[in-house]
Amino acid sequence: MSALGQPDAMVPAMLEVAHLSMHFEGITAIDDVSFSARRGEITGIIGPNGAGKTTVFNCITGFYRPSVGRIALDHEGGRFLLERMEGFRIARDAGVARTFQNIRLFPRMTVLENLLVAQHVKLMRASVFSIAGLLGLRRFREAEAAAIEVARGWLDRLGLLMAADREAGTLPHGQQRKIEIARAMCSEPKLLCLDEPAAGLNPRETAELNKLLLDIREDYGVGILLIEHDMAVVMGISDRIIVLDHGAKISDGTPGEVRNDPAVIRAYLGEEDDPPAPSVPGPPPGGGRP
Amino acid sequence: MTTVDLGDRFGGDGVQWGAILKDAGMAALVALVLTLLLFGVRLSDGGGGGLQFRPWWVVIAVASVFAGRGAVALWIGTRKPASAAALPWFDRALARLSQHKRLLFAGFFLAVAILPLLPVADRRMVDLATLVMIYVMLGWGLNIVVGLAGLLDLGYVAFYAVGAYSYTLLAIHFDLSFWACLPLAGAIAALFGVLLGFPVLRLRGDYLAIVTLGFGEMVRIILINWSDLTGGSEGITGIAVPTFFGLRFTPTPAAGETAFHQFFAIPFAGIHKLIFLYYIILVLALLTHLFSERMRGLPLGRAWEALREDEIASRSLGLNPVLVKLSAFGIGAMFAGFAGSFFATRQGFINPSSFTFIESAIILAIVVLGGMGSQVGVICAAMVLILLPELARDFAEFRMLLFGGAMVAIMVWRPRGLLAHRVPSVRLGPEPPGARRGGPP
Repeated sequence: MSALGQPDAMVPAMLEVAHLSMHFEGITAIDDVSFSARRGEITGIIGPNGAGKTTVFNCITGFYRPSVGRIALDHEGGRFLLERMEGFRIARDAGVARTFQNIRLFPRMTVLENLLVAQHVKLMRASVFSIAGLLGLRRFREAEAAAIEVARGWLDRLGLLMAADREAGTLPHGQQRKIEIARAMCSEPKLLCLDEPAAGLNPRETAELNKLLLDIREDYGVGILLIEHDMAVVMGISDRIIVLDHGAKISDGTPGEVRNDPAVIRAYLGEEDDPPAPSVPGPPPGGGRP
Repeated sequence: MTTVDLGDRFGGDGVQWGAILKDAGMAALVALVLTLLLFGVRLSDGGGGGLQFRPWWVVIAVASVFAGRGAVALWIGTRKPASAAALPWFDRALARLSQHKRLLFAGFFLAVAILPLLPVADRRMVDLATLVMIYVMLGWGLNIVVGLAGLLDLGYVAFYAVGAYSYTLLAIHFDLSFWACLPLAGAIAALFGVLLGFPVLRLRGDYLAIVTLGFGEMVRIILINWSDLTGGSEGITGIAVPTFFGLRFTPTPAAGETAFHQFFAIPFAGIHKLIFLYYIILVLALLTHLFSERMRGLPLGRAWEALREDEIASRSLGLNPVLVKLSAFGIGAMFAGFAGSFFATRQGFINPSSFTFIESAIILAIVVLGGMGSQVGVICAAMVLILLPELARDFAEFRMLLFGGAMVAIMVWRPRGLLAHRVPSVRLGPEPPGARRGGPP
């Protein structure tokens, strides 16, 4: 990993987004945005409300089909052109996992079951269309035991082992956030997309989240894309930051560079002011976007 | 809870007479509007065809509504505030029962297994038990689609019909035995399930319900109109009863053939056949139960539940929604197909009037009242919904009234069904004491 996310010519980008545009019936949500993200790095995407951050995410994870542009993902599994793939294939084959701005756990299933659903692809293969599973063959039982161990490992890391058998929907907000990240990681992604993971967390939980994300980057070498309003998170842990405003990219660089970029300061605070940019206040978390 | 809110409105600090009178007055006004023409005016029988006015009827109706509504409001206002839990005593009783659940289930299963052999068992009783068992099986089959996968299916009876007709036609035209036809009928029904699944892949909730409802009617109407194949509304008669390892249930076996009673050297009795049928449906129902319980712990079953909980999140984890939905439709339909085959062989004849929408509604009611996804709940609901009307034949006219009343009662007191508790398919920690499980029926 390059120090401070200084673009390192030797490490090729894993995710290449080129000339991405998204129009909704005449409204341009994203306008010709290009950026790249490397594995083993945390790439923050920031911008005022309505800047198009979540739309970029939805394009990358296949929930929207972009109007124009290319989204290419390269890793040892092959090269994937995400703009052409169905959402579930992007997750299954290309190895892109995501979390949601408004948490989307399976509320009536237990935490452990949530983490097992994330390992569906692997388990389904072991269960041979459920036949090996119905017969209780050893092959399947071993795969399931291994999957449970993976889940246990994540719960242990989050300090949530005690909650394993509780319904996910009954847990406090902060724990649900963490579990959603763990669930995404259980699907063994190459690229992890986090949509405002710090929204609604208190300062202590935010600090834990920072540590968790740094650990994930360190231990699993995944690339992380991070939409976040909480500047303490973005500035603290991102290797690179991309700033969007009104659907267009206005800045791209290390946290230090972005913080001092006049275009960014303008976007957040308007033309007249010249305040210290680091304290850029994020709009309230959990804004009204879907 | 609405009752608590009403309690505050009518009670709170002392009885709120004003609120009660106002409430009763409003109800009386509604009664006045409703009864003014319904009760108050009558076409006279005499030749002239004039109108007869009956003001007293209206006065009595309005007065009784006023008094009744007032009494209810007074009762709500003066009683102690209800606990927030719906029927807490019911939950407590369940918790107590579930401490001995293994014993209970074993006892219940034993009772069900030996029921037809008991001296008290007569034809009617065995027949009734068989009927209940068919609905239990259908309920468990639909539970896969509605309870687990969360796909509201109002046309489930279509697959039941497909199974019944597949079995009958295969048995009659190709002279296949029940045991050979059963898997075929199941497979054909499953195929229809997948067929229905394709067009409704993008639909959810109400929209899905409407389309499945239409599908159910389509199948029935095709059965009525395709007379060459299905015999139209006359149906098909002369469906053979399955044999017991080649032994037929008949008082007059053909030459060179040994009938069941001859083989076992017992006098012929019509009930033998019924008992045999009872055991067939018992085994089929158990199969359905074991299958769906097992599926819940498998990745596909978990995917069904995940899809019910959140389709978008499921997709983001790499679950193929097409495969997950179609498998739920197909497997659910397969069990309906099995049940349909059994139904055809038990009846000996079939016609489209056995497969009307009301059947779908009853099966769905069994699943919903039992508690979506609860296997034991389906048994309880099937017993209530099938046994009650049969036992209360004298009240046949009020059948729908009872039905509706039971529905309303359940929705008021146990809005998530009789047994709404969901048992995790897998645990990390030990099972908490007193936790309920969907064990064998």
